[in-house]
Order: sequence, then C-alpha cells, then structure tokens
Amino acid sequence: MNLLGDIFLLIGGAFMALGSLGLIRMPDLYNRLQAGTKAATLGTLAVLLGIGFHHPDWWAKLLVIAGFVLFTNPVGSSTIARAALKSGIEPVHGGNRKVES
Amino acid sequence: MDNTLVTPAISLRHYVLVFGVCLLLWVLLVGNLAVQELLAGVVVSALVTLLFGSRFGILTGLRFSPLVPLYIAGYLGYFMVALVRANLDLALRVIAPSLPIRPALVEVKTTLKSPLGRLLLANSITLTPGTLTVDVLDDTLLVHWVYCPPGTDMQQATDKIAASFERHIGRFLL
Amino acid sequence: MTLTVLQWVAIGLVAIAILLSTLRLLLGPTTPDRVVAADTLSVITTAGLVALASMFDNPIYLDIALVYGTLAFVGTVAVARAIEGNRE
Repeated sequence: MNLLGDIFLLIGGAFMALGSLGLIRMPDLYNRLQAGTKAATLGTLAVLLGIGFHHPDWWAKLLVIAGFVLFTNPVGSSTIARAALKSGIEPVHGGNRKVES
Repeated sequence: MDNTLVTPAISLRHYVLVFGVCLLLWVLLVGNLAVQELLAGVVVSALVTLLFGSRFGILTGLRFSPLVPLYIAGYLGYFMVALVRANLDLALRVIAPSLPIRPALVEVKTTLKSPLGRLLLANSITLTPGTLTVDVLDDTLLVHWVYCPPGTDMQQATDKIAASFERHIGRFLL
Repeated sequence: MTLTVLQWVAIGLVAIAILLSTLRLLLGPTTPDRVVAADTLSVITTAGLVALASMFDNPIYLDIALVYGTLAFVGTVAVARAIEGNRE
C-alpha cells in the first residue's frame, strides 16, 4: 500500500518536472501554458492519489482538493491565454521551431 | 439551429439541486457523518440556498433523468483517460530534442447551449492532448493547438478536438 | 518520520520543477510569461502542502492547501484581468 503511494508520488513529481522543462523549452507563451497547466494538474492529482494511499482516512478532503484543482486550473490558464491574446502577444505559427534562449 | 446561450428559468428543482451540492461539499469538508455536524450542514446549506440560490445560474441546464449519474461517471472516466494521454503526449514532445510542434489557433463550433456545458467543454479541451481554450465567443471556441496538421479546416478541427467530449457532456447538460 | 528512497527521488523531481519554473519566472520576456510560471508554481505549492500534511501526519495542512489553492486561483485570474484591461 505504502509502496503504491510512493510510486504515485514519484509519477507526480516526474510530471511536474517535465511540465516545468516544457515551460523552459517551449517557444511561446501559449505552448508554455499548455505544458505548465496539463503537467501541473496531472502531477498534483498523482500526488493527491499517492497521499491517499498513505492516509486512506483523508480521502474526503483529498477528493475536494482534487476536484478543485481539476476545475480551477484550466479556467486560470484560459484566462491568462485570453489576456495575453487581447494584450497583443502573437502566437508562433506553424512550422516555426525557433527556440528562444 | 439556434446556438445562442440559454439559461433556463430557475425552478424549485434548481433550489433543491443547489441545496444538495452545498450539503455534499459540507459533508466532504467535515469528513464524517456525525448527527450534529450533519444538522449544522443542513442549516448552513439551507441558508446559502435561500440567500444565494437565485444566483447559482451556472447550475441550470442539467438534464434530469435517472441515468445522469451514470453519464457523469462515463464523462469523468473518458476525461481521465484523455488527461493521462495528454500528459504522455506532451512529455514526449518536451523530451524530444527536435521539439516537434506546429502551433496554430483554430476555431471550434459547439452545439452545447448551457453555460456549465460550455465551461466543462472548454476545461476538457484545455486538459486534453495538445489543445488549449483561449477564448469563448458565443458558440465558437478559440483553441490553441500545439500540433495542427497542415490544411485543417474548421469542421475537421471541431471533429478532432470537441466532438467526443461534446457527445459525453451533451448527455447530461443542455 | 523517515523518508523512503522513492520519496526522496520524488522530492528531488519536485525541486527540479520548482527550480525550472522559477527560472521562467525570472527570464520570462513578457508579463504573461511570468504569470504562467507563477501559476504553475502555485499549483506545485498546493501539492507540496498536501505532501507536508502527510509528512507531519497532520490533516490541518490539507485545509491550508485548499485555502492556498483558492487564493492562488483568485490571484491568477485577477492578474490576468489586469493585464487584459491594461491595453484597451
């Protein structure tokens, strides 16, 4: 049971690290947003699941946190994307693979 | 077909739904089913429902049928699979040294009419492989796509990005 | 409590995630870039608070995580709205 929880913690950490790597490597704001949001959301869910295996009696509150993260994260990133588009930040378009340093 | 936003009138059924959602959240936060906690929850939920029930317009549009919980569970299952696939897809793109991306903004049409339905669809699109909802204008969603295949038109984009989620959400929301 | 090897590796990965996000927060050429990094950091922090609850064996940290998540979300939306309204 504890080993299973640890494995999920590891998966969560791995997704968070990959998402942050995407945050650094992606060429423009919109792609970064995609990498950051998705990876952080699934990473958090995996961590919550892992903690759930360690402490099965906390499941109710972990469920509330999971639902909350699942609901607010995409809303937040959509709001940022819309704000960026309206403030005139142009997305990089097809085939352009330039990576800024 | 008329695709403008529809918010159905607020009925007694709606108040019962708001009360139920409040009570469920209370029980989950408290974490036990002791009688006094439950009584306090009923009082607080009733108060919230009476004072603010008419402003929870977001909850209108839910279809009522015995199969609704089943449909919601089906949607959640499908959504979870899509979320995991999205992350594996993105992880591969991030790790690959050539960074295989071909980003583009595409427009997607939706047939969902309720505010909650469109919110859920936008959220689902944001968390699925390579797509991010940027803006919602009436029945058109502006979507940023990490890998847009060359020569994709609006109909193909709608089919690829939104259609399957729309089918799942459309079963329990207007 | 003592931590297992797997837990140490997980903590290391989360540390890398925080480091890279902070790098984007400092580098970010535009303000929205920094907001994206801050948003990602706040989600990682929420998960970190839940992990802390487990380490200290004290469920009170779960409530802190929930409130922190709420405030971070409101903050992100507020900053995004501010950026949006800025260039009418």
